[in-house]
Amino acid sequence: MTGSPDDPRRNGQDPLIHFTGVTKTYDMGKEQIHALQGINLVIMPNEYISIMGPSGSGKSTLMNIIGCLDTPTAGRYEFEGELVCDVTSETVTRMDDDALAGIRNRKIGFVFQTFNLLARTSALRNVELPLVYAGVSRKDRAVRARRALDQVGLADRVDHKPSELSGGQKQRVAIARAMVTSPAIILADEPTGNLDSTTSREIMALLDQIHAEGNTIILVTHEPDIAAHAHRIITILDGQVDRDEQTGLGKTA
Amino acid sequence: MIEVLRIAGSALWAHKFRAFLTTLGIAIGIFTVGVVMAIIEGLNQSFADQISHLGSDVLYVDKRAWFQGRDSWINARQRKNFGIDAVEYISARSEYVSHISPRIFQRASVKYRDKSLERVAVMGVHSDMVVIAGQEVELGRFLSTIDTQHRKNVVVIGAAVRENLFENIDPIGRRMSINGRKFLVIGVLEEQGSMLGRNLDNMAYVPAETLLKMFGSRRRNITIALKASEPYLVEEAKEEVEGIMRRYRKLRPNQPNDFAINQQSSLQELYDNATGMLWMVAVGIGSIALIVGGVGVMNIMLVTVTERTSEIGIRKSLGATRSTIRWQFLVESMAVSALGVLIGFLSAYWVADFIQKSTPLAARIPPTWLGLGIGVVVVVGLIFGLWPATKAARLDPIEALRYE
Repeated sequence: MTGSPDDPRRNGQDPLIHFTGVTKTYDMGKEQIHALQGINLVIMPNEYISIMGPSGSGKSTLMNIIGCLDTPTAGRYEFEGELVCDVTSETVTRMDDDALAGIRNRKIGFVFQTFNLLARTSALRNVELPLVYAGVSRKDRAVRARRALDQVGLADRVDHKPSELSGGQKQRVAIARAMVTSPAIILADEPTGNLDSTTSREIMALLDQIHAEGNTIILVTHEPDIAAHAHRIITILDGQVDRDEQTGLGKTA
Repeated sequence: MIEVLRIAGSALWAHKFRAFLTTLGIAIGIFTVGVVMAIIEGLNQSFADQISHLGSDVLYVDKRAWFQGRDSWINARQRKNFGIDAVEYISARSEYVSHISPRIFQRASVKYRDKSLERVAVMGVHSDMVVIAGQEVELGRFLSTIDTQHRKNVVVIGAAVRENLFENIDPIGRRMSINGRKFLVIGVLEEQGSMLGRNLDNMAYVPAETLLKMFGSRRRNITIALKASEPYLVEEAKEEVEGIMRRYRKLRPNQPNDFAINQQSSLQELYDNATGMLWMVAVGIGSIALIVGGVGVMNIMLVTVTERTSEIGIRKSLGATRSTIRWQFLVESMAVSALGVLIGFLSAYWVADFIQKSTPLAARIPPTWLGLGIGVVVVVGLIFGLWPATKAARLDPIEALRYE
């Protein structure tokens, strides 16, 4: 009912992400591993999506391709109407490395399970980093990074290094870093995987709030209660979309 | 760009000791070349000062060349000596020569009352010699044409002779003896210092004719010193004198010269050859040290790239392009080599300063060296940093992020 390649438009809006037959095959010498097998997917602005699936289902590969960290071996991927790549048996059209880096920089905010903050670098400098690569002036960077840290409730921790922060605080810094460029999408890969349940609830509350402010969030998780925060749950199995359903939360919102 | 420098700075600061060790190779290279350069520069300075006594516009006509090229020394020994008449012969025919004097060399012992000096360079010359040699008379006067024509027993003494024989006495008008013969002191020359380790003041001038009369003119080699009327006419004077000397020697057109015209620049050439060798050895050692140092930089950069794989992954996921990553590591390797150049330069500077203060050698590092140093930074940093930096830039962000 959703995600049909013939009908990408909904409610008169252009889709944020549009996958058509996206396939990823890893060539491991003798055997080939089909991580993704012809995924069709449409994601609209301000959706709150969970991608679920057992390990090895291909959900990480899907997320890497959405996040422009990886490119498919076949299929078509459009991001905000811009062609990221279109690989058919005859032609290959792909954004070059720098263009992909540009999309990651401006359009996508990553939140990782292992936080992936730069050690020995203050929270503020960590949050500033995407702005450095976007070429934002030093003064603007500091202002925007402080504002982002303030939004995640870490205004008093700007000068702390990751080693001086708790797990929850580290993840908040990471979320601030993901949001600081005002990206089109926040991609969170098991954001609570390394956190205890109390901290997990706090982080999920923060993500809920960020979504409520109008952001698009894609959550990759294998925990059903975390996935339940989303309004739409896509289950991946053996490299294919197994289920794609609305949770009902979206309609009440 | 400032950002890239900041990142490189903090990365190096995190491994201060390692960075320091890495730079040592480069530092030693720069230090070696720096110190040798400083010494050569010091030698150049004192050599230039010393040979300026010879005068750049002065030619010395001699039986043989100062530094043998094709004609061997033995061959030159068999040549006929010039007579003193060659002086008159040249001066009567030359247009470009303004001053001319024979220079006949004789070691002699000198004595005044109970004081004596052995092996003093007594030179038989004419009145023009003081101008040719660029010397100044401090007391009294120089030899005159009358002194030389009348073969007078008069002498103009160098500062060292005065100091040794006439301490606290006015030597003018005194009679000193040269090899037992009495000479009237008519002048004292200003102090000249030394050249190539020889005291230039341990000498005396007497009329050439007097010296020949006293020591005999047979088998005596005469050098003719002459000065071009203008410094820019030296080459013209040289050609002209060559022609005149060929006529004096009655050479046929197909016969080679049996005399040589020497000048300061031939001494300079010999010197340049010697220091050129020294210079090449220094550059050789320095280059080897730089290559070893550069390989050290490359090695440490490869380690750094591996260690920071996940950092590279993070940076890439946040939108760093390949060239940004490449630059980050290139700047880091250049910063390491810059540190090496700085350490090498400063220690070479310090050693040069020490040499200058503790020895007569005016060792110093020429300012152009800083430019060379910066060039080395760029080249070493780029060449040896390129591979590790490219390796870092090409990392797959997913693999890099997964790396622990």
